[in-house]
Amino acid sequence: MSAELTFKDFETSQEVRWCPGCGDYAILKSVQRTLAEVGAKPESTVFISGIGCSSRFPYYMNAYGFHTIHGRAPAVATGLKLANPGLDVWVVTGDGDGLSIGGNHMLHTLRRNVGLKVLLFNNEIYGLTKGQYSPTSRPGTRSPTTPLGSTDTPLSAGLFALGAGARFIARAVDTDKTRLEPVLKAVHAYNGTAFVELFQNCIVYNDQIFGSFTDKTKTVDGQLHVQHGAPLVFGEGGSKGLRFVQQRMQLEVVDTENHADEILQHDETSPVLAQLLLGMQTPEFPMALGVIHRRSEQSFEDKFYANHPTGLTRTARVQDVINSRNTWRVE
Amino acid sequence: MGERESIVLRIAGDSGDGVQLMGSQFVASSAYAGSDFTTFQDFPAEIRAPLGSTFGVSAYQVNLGAGPITTSGDDPQVLVAFNPAALKVSRPLLAEGALIIINTNSFTRRNLAKAGFEKDPRETGELDGYRVLEVEISQRTLEAVADLDLTKTSAGRCKNFWALGLLLWMFDRELTPIEGYIAGKFKKNKLLVKANLAALRAGNAYAETAELSAPPQRVELQAADFAPGQYRGATGSEVLALGLAAAGELADRRLLFCSYPITPASSLLHHLVRLSQLGVGIFQAEDEIAAACAAIGASYGGAIGVTSSSGPGIALKTEAIGLAVSAEIPLVVINSQRGGPATGLPTKTEQSDLYQAVFGRNADTPVPVLAPASPSDCFEVAIEAVRVALRHMTPVIILTDGYLTNAAEPWALPDMGDYAPIECNQPPLLTAGADGESIAFQRDPVSFGRPWVVPGTPELMHRLGGLETNIETGHLSNNAENHQHMSQMRADKVASVAKFLAPQKVALGPDQGELGVVGWGSTYGPIYQAVRRLRDTGYPVSHVHIRQLNPFPENLESLLAGFDRLLIPEMNMGQLSTLIRARFGFEVVPLNNVTGQPFRVADLVDAIRAQLPQSSSEPDTPTPREASL
Repeated sequence: MSAELTFKDFETSQEVRWCPGCGDYAILKSVQRTLAEVGAKPESTVFISGIGCSSRFPYYMNAYGFHTIHGRAPAVATGLKLANPGLDVWVVTGDGDGLSIGGNHMLHTLRRNVGLKVLLFNNEIYGLTKGQYSPTSRPGTRSPTTPLGSTDTPLSAGLFALGAGARFIARAVDTDKTRLEPVLKAVHAYNGTAFVELFQNCIVYNDQIFGSFTDKTKTVDGQLHVQHGAPLVFGEGGSKGLRFVQQRMQLEVVDTENHADEILQHDETSPVLAQLLLGMQTPEFPMALGVIHRRSEQSFEDKFYANHPTGLTRTARVQDVINSRNTWRVE
Repeated sequence: MGERESIVLRIAGDSGDGVQLMGSQFVASSAYAGSDFTTFQDFPAEIRAPLGSTFGVSAYQVNLGAGPITTSGDDPQVLVAFNPAALKVSRPLLAEGALIIINTNSFTRRNLAKAGFEKDPRETGELDGYRVLEVEISQRTLEAVADLDLTKTSAGRCKNFWALGLLLWMFDRELTPIEGYIAGKFKKNKLLVKANLAALRAGNAYAETAELSAPPQRVELQAADFAPGQYRGATGSEVLALGLAAAGELADRRLLFCSYPITPASSLLHHLVRLSQLGVGIFQAEDEIAAACAAIGASYGGAIGVTSSSGPGIALKTEAIGLAVSAEIPLVVINSQRGGPATGLPTKTEQSDLYQAVFGRNADTPVPVLAPASPSDCFEVAIEAVRVALRHMTPVIILTDGYLTNAAEPWALPDMGDYAPIECNQPPLLTAGADGESIAFQRDPVSFGRPWVVPGTPELMHRLGGLETNIETGHLSNNAENHQHMSQMRADKVASVAKFLAPQKVALGPDQGELGVVGWGSTYGPIYQAVRRLRDTGYPVSHVHIRQLNPFPENLESLLAGFDRLLIPEMNMGQLSTLIRARFGFEVVPLNNVTGQPFRVADLVDAIRAQLPQSSSEPDTPTPREASL
């Protein structure tokens, strides 16, 4: 490369139009910085989105961008990846776009392991349509469509992804760039579907919904940053940790001093551990963040090309194929 | 039966009787013998309906002879009925005096009851007026393969080849090509090769030597008058698949076919999957919407994205098609129409998605629509559709239907040298200091096609989407005047397609006169035959068949204005009639048939004649087509 890129190389001339204070700004900056750092080329990078606040993302990235229709970004991205597997394709979606109207495509993208980098902005609310409750909203959420509080059981994005067969599941908080950016680097490096749930604050319709673990006073006890091979500890100086209670097949928070030999080590290749970590809820447990699950497996597009008899290249002429079977001649 | 110009044969039985295989092999033998033909496959909706039931009857009908044969024929003159249900369902269709070949072994009391016969129709006189040939097909098949170590079930399954052997003798066809077919089809099981060959030969020998009450007489068909060239028999979906692959070759692009299984469109998927060596890839998506969206993604990436379905699935793809219009992405959408609404009649044919194709999207979202007239025409239409999609950067809809998809006819093999390459709109060179972001939106002044700038191209990064964009820069725009310009541009773009396509011609007859019969799609065959028959007997009538349904050909209005009256037969409740009235203000006479079956030529002849009450019929060259046996 002739010159090092900076995050400015990934900015566009378009005025960014999210609400002041929206978590999307921080995520945008982190993505731009990460792409510059990993040396991504704007022309080989594509951002594909559906509909919603987060789906405006492609307009603000100096890369190829396609703002598609509600929920269908993973399907469009799959077609693109099949046509040109060499591209870095990012899918930007939200809890409504990716888990409600587009839940089916998300499910099949994950089980196929298409080489897409999925950033799911979860703010637990429909922002663009002015604040209706979403499939991740907590029971009792008051919204224009649920004035008495919602009664639906919410979906856990992480557990959904795991159930769909995701091989890479990570979680991060929008404004925590020091932890978000390493996750984005891991996403960039991964060859299959990298699914990231971003806890994104909607300052207008659902402000501080993640306050139980993102509020400045709560981060130490409310967040557990997982590292493959490292003990699952959190709290002041790592004073608390997780142990497995076999009789109940559950996790339990214990103090590390008295239970040093029982503290679990993170194994990102274990789907069972991933399920336990993804299922933890505040305040009983900390929120697990970072790369929670990662297994290496051939991507869908690699399998597609490997199994295609000619690797999708043209090795015969149409004329020969037409003339090859059961023909007869009339003189 | 003696020498005749053409004959209609129908083979009917249970879904598991091997009727379709037997029919297709009979046609193959006829093709080698120089007959023209058109086939019609009448499937039950159930995969394996209860044995012996009338709703489980599967039938294969073929019209063959000197030609031009353009329909599968009205009234079968020969019926092979493998069971009472097949007889029950097919008898009302038969020509007077038809020959009925009955498998007597299946005419048990139980099967007769299942078919709804209170008494054996052979004894009630209801088959008087037909010639009935009773043969113990099942039993003789078992005898023919008795030396072989087969289960009774496997042995019984050979009966379609036994019956085929008999037919081949009647029609004086060579056994050799069918023997070759059997050897290939069952090559993994030598025993089945032996058994089916034995059955075929036994049926053939039986017809030649048997002493029967009504011995099968030989049918001598006149050979068809084909133009010189190379031919093969092919169904519409087979030709459409090859046409799409040919378009990929002409454009020098990969073809990605993204689809979701649905009747009757799935056969296209099955044919394309065998064309990998032509740079064709298949993606079976999780649903119809994903299939359309993946095809859009493929085209966005520089391949030719194609998606296919039938009406209900096309309805699901609607929003995605609108996205392709907005983002100006090439896309081919194929609709194998079937009866509706909703799930409707999945295995029966209809042409009732014309409104859906032309109008069926939110907002002003015009899309070009093309419809092949015959299985062979599918090749031309597939290439044309891709050419239009890439030139104008637009989705294009191809309307085929259940009949065209499954009907086979002799296909005069095309010469790829006759087709011009398909040009892809290249981006102009980026001059120093110019804005790379807007290059993708610099449209051709005539076709309004934009450059096909694909991800991976340096310097030309831009954003596409479903939000309205500035007509010059491609940036988001809510400007009122700009939306007016963009809407006009989208309308002009689709209208401009007509400038590049051939003018409308008359299929048969003079280009003006008392009556024009106007059709589109798979009704070409029956309309052509009906008009030909009437013209042969002196009626002043012409046939106009429209392939470009949106936009209409530029000269269509002036051509149609040359007729005093217009009759529009369609397999729907009058959709082309509406379009012609709306577009040109002509009064038209609709003729609507939604029985799930193709038009019968005889019905069309009557309907056309009714529009010509004053006309004399001075037959100049009568064509006796339906002399009874």
